[in-house]
Amino acid sequence: MATGIKDKVVILGMGCSKFGERWESSPSDLMVEAFEECIADAGIEKDRIEAAWFGAGIDAFNVGSSAMPLSIALRLNYIPVTKVENMCATGTEAFRGAVYAVASGACDIALALGVEKLKDTGYGGLPQRSRGVENDMYWPNLSAPGAFAQLATGYQAKHKLNKQDLKRAMAHVSVKSHANGLKNPKAHLQREITIEQAMNAPFIAEPIGLFDCCGVSDGSACAIVTTPEIAQSLGKENLVSVKALQLAVSNGTEASHESWDGSYLKTTRIAAQRAYDEAGVKNPKAEITMTEVHDCFSITELVTMEDLQLAEEGAAIKDVLDGRFDADGSNPCQIDGGLKCFGHPIGASGLRMLYENYLQFQGKAGARQLSSPTLGLNHNLGGFPHQNICSISIVGPYR
Amino acid sequence: MVGITGFGAYIPKARLQKHVMVEANGWFDAGLKALGRGERSICNWDEDTITMAVEAGKDCLTALESDDIEALYLASTTLPFLDRQNSVVVREAMNLNPYIRTMDVSASQRAGTSALLALLENGNQANSLLVASEHRRTKAGSRAEMLWGDGAASIAVGGNKVIAEFLGGESVAIDFVDHYRGEDSSFDYDWEERWVRDEGFMKIVPEAINRLMQRCSLKTADVSHFVFPTDQSRTPGAVAKKVGIHPDAVVDNGIESVGVAGVAQPILMLCAALERAKPDEIIVLIGFGQGCDAIAFKTTSAISSSLPKLGYRGAVASKRSETNYNKFLSFNNLIEKDIGKRGEADKQTYLSGFNRRKDLLNGLIGGKCRECGVLQIPREKYCVNPQCQSLDSQDDHPFANATGTVMSWTADRLTFDWNPPAYFGMVQFDDGGKLMMDFSEVEEGKIDAGAKVTVHFRIKGFDAQRGFVKYFWKAVIID
Repeated sequence: MATGIKDKVVILGMGCSKFGERWESSPSDLMVEAFEECIADAGIEKDRIEAAWFGAGIDAFNVGSSAMPLSIALRLNYIPVTKVENMCATGTEAFRGAVYAVASGACDIALALGVEKLKDTGYGGLPQRSRGVENDMYWPNLSAPGAFAQLATGYQAKHKLNKQDLKRAMAHVSVKSHANGLKNPKAHLQREITIEQAMNAPFIAEPIGLFDCCGVSDGSACAIVTTPEIAQSLGKENLVSVKALQLAVSNGTEASHESWDGSYLKTTRIAAQRAYDEAGVKNPKAEITMTEVHDCFSITELVTMEDLQLAEEGAAIKDVLDGRFDADGSNPCQIDGGLKCFGHPIGASGLRMLYENYLQFQGKAGARQLSSPTLGLNHNLGGFPHQNICSISIVGPYR
Repeated sequence: MVGITGFGAYIPKARLQKHVMVEANGWFDAGLKALGRGERSICNWDEDTITMAVEAGKDCLTALESDDIEALYLASTTLPFLDRQNSVVVREAMNLNPYIRTMDVSASQRAGTSALLALLENGNQANSLLVASEHRRTKAGSRAEMLWGDGAASIAVGGNKVIAEFLGGESVAIDFVDHYRGEDSSFDYDWEERWVRDEGFMKIVPEAINRLMQRCSLKTADVSHFVFPTDQSRTPGAVAKKVGIHPDAVVDNGIESVGVAGVAQPILMLCAALERAKPDEIIVLIGFGQGCDAIAFKTTSAISSSLPKLGYRGAVASKRSETNYNKFLSFNNLIEKDIGKRGEADKQTYLSGFNRRKDLLNGLIGGKCRECGVLQIPREKYCVNPQCQSLDSQDDHPFANATGTVMSWTADRLTFDWNPPAYFGMVQFDDGGKLMMDFSEVEEGKIDAGAKVTVHFRIKGFDAQRGFVKYFWKAVIID
């Protein structure tokens, strides 16, 4: 009987580059920036790393395929390096590889690094790219906002909502993240916005407006993981351990079977329940004190609150407007600015979320430090509402 | 008895207002002002000869006793492919059985009437289908641009439940070059109208009519419907007068409502005549181009018993006004347009992959599970029903005639589209099955969850680099 990942692996060190339009920086530059912070924080020599997992989401506009770009950028010592790609869940996927390697006993210390260089396309938004030989022949040429806008229309239809009420709650989500991002020196977008600005911005994909969209950024984030025993032997204090690591991948049911009505994320609901079971969480609202969720668009964050059981079904609008997920609310969400303002370099995002958890649990989150975080949940959603990959990690103080 | 057993029509919904064309080009050619009344049909960016042909062909099938078609001829001078039989694409999109004769007939404005004559003269009792479709490019500011339109029409020919009996046909083959389009040109080159009228129409057509009357033992005074396709508004009346056909018999060319639709024009007008004809009336159909075809029909008592769903009148009435002349230029690739970097993405179709998915792409064929009965599209190896998931348990199931409901939608302004915003969303089919699809013909503010849709064969995209047109099905909201 599997016992799960809870408290078997801890974070030895983490690093994260500044996110943003890093015109001057190559993917290698970004990787080194994150790694140098991480290895210094871990307090070990580079050659203690026995294996690495490298996450990069979009080959065409990034570093190309294979694990070599990481090995070359960091001059790793011919250790095993595995390239992983699972859309926006890529960063968490890299972390999962490293954590499982340590948990299995195959190695003592492992590295997970994610990087994305999105700003070499010459235009705004995510790169235009193939979805595969067969898919390209019949899929709509949908952009990410176009795909997630449908979550809004599906959610609105299901709960018989007024368009403007939903739009106002979506605006609140973005205003909150901008306020949080202002306190994060590494964030891509560091300025406040108003509800009116968010609501009146031009549509990108109706009803998603400009300020409902997250930043498209360059950046890198990484983690070095090991066992609690090794971390303690290295003198590491305030250990942050992995409580749950789950992944749920659509099998086509949402896209092709009438059992899904388009108003929620089936994968998130499944992965969340598995993660809560693995971590021993009985009452998410009370036990999860901070969340970093995949707020690629404001509507995604709003619906995700319900899918994570942090809001009742159909009640997220009210909870959002009541400020429950604001920095001073009962379940702060995106305390670092989220994808919305910290930015969203695809392959790095899952690790960036863990980085914020790690800082918060270590008491190193500066102006945005929460008073007494207990468990942090990180959520990524790769793909589209109707078919996607959901990854969820839960971390917290080791005990 | 062999004759016409059914008919169908399709005219693109968008009607460009001619006054905006005059406003755009009247400064250069003041003569255009005289042609500025009314409107003309224009293909949407995702419509062409093939997609219109599919619509017209399917419209014809709505009224046929049997859709067991044994031949399909496609007539046009604007076939998207010079070497890939276009009629076979139409056959697959119409989900006709594959064991039929198909042929593309082209290279003349009388391609439609000649193809029709060939079907009529082979005397088969089983139904055959002619579809004529045309989408001609015209130079900006030309008279042709003002006078022409886009459209398609179809005629079913057979021996069962004939609505108009074939009495006979005559052809005259004369190399009268009133206009031509060379191998490497996409535009016509034409000669003076008055010369075309006096030396062409007024000489060649009467001769053909007189021979036809003689062959069929008819008198021109007996003709109730005279179909003479031309963009010269007064010429049909002049020819009628010359041969003794009553002026009331002249069928309107619709120059101010649809525009002259090339090879499809005589067939569209024939549909109009069939719609208003009473039993035992004589119809004379002319096709003109390097000579002339003249065909005589006599309507039967069944004439008004099998009207198609749309027909000519319905196709003319199904419209929306377009006042953006630049859009028309852009849709027809008549201006060098900045389409943005997202439009630059490679659009190659990998033909072996296309062939594997051909049923889905051309015919919108999905699957129906034999074990649980669930409809699904695309069809995969395992059934999508979470309670079933049987392997290889599905039979082909066509979705092309299905109706559905919009479950979710958006208007995407980020992604590339030839007519932004790109509308797409999840369609739940009424009998089961669900698919994320593009929407076409969406009018701003008129789409919402719950709207009912039908599905239509449209252009998905172009591979300009390699000269390929990609087709797939799109949802259109029911008016």
